[in-house]
Amino acid sequence: MNHYPQAWGRPRDDVYGPYDNSYFQASAPQTHTQSPAVTGTSVLGVKFKDGVVIAADNLASYGSLARFTDVKRLRTFPPNTVIGFGGDVSDMQYLDRLLQSLDIRENYLSSYGHVLNAKNLHTYLSKVLYKRRSDFNPLWNMLLVAGLDDDDKPFLASADLLGTTFSSPTLATGFGAHLAQPLLRKLMPHDEDSVKDVTKEMAVEAIKACMKVLFYRDARSLDKYSIAVVTKDGVELKEDQKLEDQSWAFADQIRGYGTQVN
Amino acid sequence: MASIMNAGGLPSDQPGYSFSNASAPSESSGPRQHAFNPYTDNGGSTLGVTGADFAILAGDTRSTSGYNINTRYAPKLFRIGDDGDSSSRIVLSVVGFAADGNALKERLDAIVKMYKYQHGKPMSVKACAQRLSTILYQKRFFPYYVHAILGGLDDDGKGALYSYDPVGSYEREQCRAAGAAASLIMPFLDNQVNYKNQYIPASGTGHELQPRAIESLPKEDVIGLVKDAFTSATERHIEVGDGLQMLIITKDGIEEIYTPLKRD
Amino acid sequence: MFRNNYDNDSVTFSPQGRIFQVEYAQEAVKQGSVVVGVVSKKHVVLTAVKRNAEELSSYQKKIVGVDDHLGVALAGLASDARVLSNFMKQQSLSSKMTYGRPIPVERIVNMIGDRAQSNTQHYGKRPYGVGLLVAGVDDLGPHLFEFSPSGLTQEMLACAIGARSQMARTYLERHLEEFADSSRDELIKHALLALKESLAQDKELTVDNTSLAIIGVGEKNGRKKLENFKLYDGQDIAPLLEANVESTLADDADGEAMETDL
Repeated sequence: MNHYPQAWGRPRDDVYGPYDNSYFQASAPQTHTQSPAVTGTSVLGVKFKDGVVIAADNLASYGSLARFTDVKRLRTFPPNTVIGFGGDVSDMQYLDRLLQSLDIRENYLSSYGHVLNAKNLHTYLSKVLYKRRSDFNPLWNMLLVAGLDDDDKPFLASADLLGTTFSSPTLATGFGAHLAQPLLRKLMPHDEDSVKDVTKEMAVEAIKACMKVLFYRDARSLDKYSIAVVTKDGVELKEDQKLEDQSWAFADQIRGYGTQVN
Repeated sequence: MASIMNAGGLPSDQPGYSFSNASAPSESSGPRQHAFNPYTDNGGSTLGVTGADFAILAGDTRSTSGYNINTRYAPKLFRIGDDGDSSSRIVLSVVGFAADGNALKERLDAIVKMYKYQHGKPMSVKACAQRLSTILYQKRFFPYYVHAILGGLDDDGKGALYSYDPVGSYEREQCRAAGAAASLIMPFLDNQVNYKNQYIPASGTGHELQPRAIESLPKEDVIGLVKDAFTSATERHIEVGDGLQMLIITKDGIEEIYTPLKRD
Repeated sequence: MFRNNYDNDSVTFSPQGRIFQVEYAQEAVKQGSVVVGVVSKKHVVLTAVKRNAEELSSYQKKIVGVDDHLGVALAGLASDARVLSNFMKQQSLSSKMTYGRPIPVERIVNMIGDRAQSNTQHYGKRPYGVGLLVAGVDDLGPHLFEFSPSGLTQEMLACAIGARSQMARTYLERHLEEFADSSRDELIKHALLALKESLAQDKELTVDNTSLAIIGVGEKNGRKKLENFKLYDGQDIAPLLEANVESTLADDADGEAMETDL
């Protein structure tokens, strides 16, 4: 031992080689997600007189690669809320776990009564998203929450990675905001006042038509999708629907489509 | 202490120790390709005008993202400290980044409610206005990206209006327009409320010309001005339209008027 | 001289299994002026007798409104109650902020119960020297809870705590069957009469010394609608006293009038 106390307890360079200071450097700034990785495309939602219809396809893309073709992007929360996720799939799975633990906690605190409805969940999720964006660590999602509000009236609202929220009788995220929303709005000429004139069948049909338009025009979409109808009686969720009555008749007239390459 | 111990340094003929604290290159250096932007603009416009015994706040109800309309009904006007018993006499309007606007509204609302709970009386608009300024300034280096206007009645029962920049500078004014169409509406208000560029005919020539004296406008006239301001802004600005929400604060309470605007 | 060795802190059991500090705290509750709570199917009422420390001072605050749907009445150390009611106010606001829903009554009562319990398990802490009656309305209807310094909380149909509260409890036990279907006015009457029972011989309920608060479930368009917490204090309570307890007072007044005539 020498008489340089500042050297005591440190490895000697002639024995261990020069000390690698980079291990000692705890000051590198913490970094966060700057872009999403595996993503889902549009989510569509429409209110009708007794509830809400919501749909999203089963594709998860990795950039332009169609990476996973069996990803369910509609998640249910008991007793009658459905949440549709667009954007990063791993962040969706994180939020899903968060909601599951919330459900367990709620049930533990009171097994009867006091359920969280769609409006409560939307408020909660928007706070989570806003908190994360304020920490510069966003959850890269656009989501739609479908269900009922405090008065058991249809509820449909959106929340995104910035914590922005809004509600409307028809909603669509991503590409759907451009392609589906104008079509869906035809159902609601007087916005909220038109909801009472829309039946479940009308709403489902409109959503299916829009899913088809999106499959035709959105390159990151799939012809397999999930659709859910939420009413006071509960959730009717179908997870492996195929698009029906597609029309590709125009294709054989056009060079470059299908087998006709030149 | 450390400087005393390190004085003189280590002799070089002895076995060496690495004390160099030269910082390792950090991950954050160098240009970043795609950074997360925590802000967006949700468009829309708001305005406030006061009179002798009332204050009017107004805002369109459209919410936008770029060229998309998110919804045709997203109010930008909020009653502050409202317990559901219509005791509130303060209204906040926020325009800019809607998520920040909502967060700001909720914070102010909670503070005003706590004030009433702790002091047993409602907060005055003046106090509320000062508090709003400090809330905004507390986030000076990560601001709430909103232009806020606060309205109510002052201690003398006169209409009170306070306008803010995103970091908390504020001022009491007669009228103020904010948001996407502020630059369209404000000059109109200057002329019609504060009678800017209006002169008494034949009262003199050149600099002798007497300006028209400012008077406080009756409520009905102001409602008319507000509607005109928004129908005109709707024509000229793509982010303004769908609906006009007006909250009129008088000693009797807050009256709400909704008028449709063009939806194109 | 006998000296109790097991009451120096609130974390040590006596050989008989008692925690004396908690029992002493419960004595503090018995020193406080009486508060009464009654619940029906539609309403919950809190009433209290306020004391003034001396002729020149103001009267105590015995009933605190925590939120639109929640209020507490206290017996014991008012400053301890203030800590608890501030905590409840914060929790209530926080529930409204994160979920957009008024906090269920049972949950907030459990929260203060947990806080009180933790005081009995950490060295150097002191139990709260206050008992509370927590009144509130939620999805499951009106509720009345009793909270005591031990951290014990229980739901009650009717309850009275504080000095001479046994008399009020006797009244409540005697009329228990009537409460459930009582109207708003009847419930107020029962609460005030129970309160009156526990007054000392020479005392009367007056506008100065009586407080009453009520929360209820009303109806609007066929849906349940909250009747907000309403506190009757000072001159506001005069009509209630007149309608419910003045009848006996009036007789006395007549008697006095005759005496003066003589």
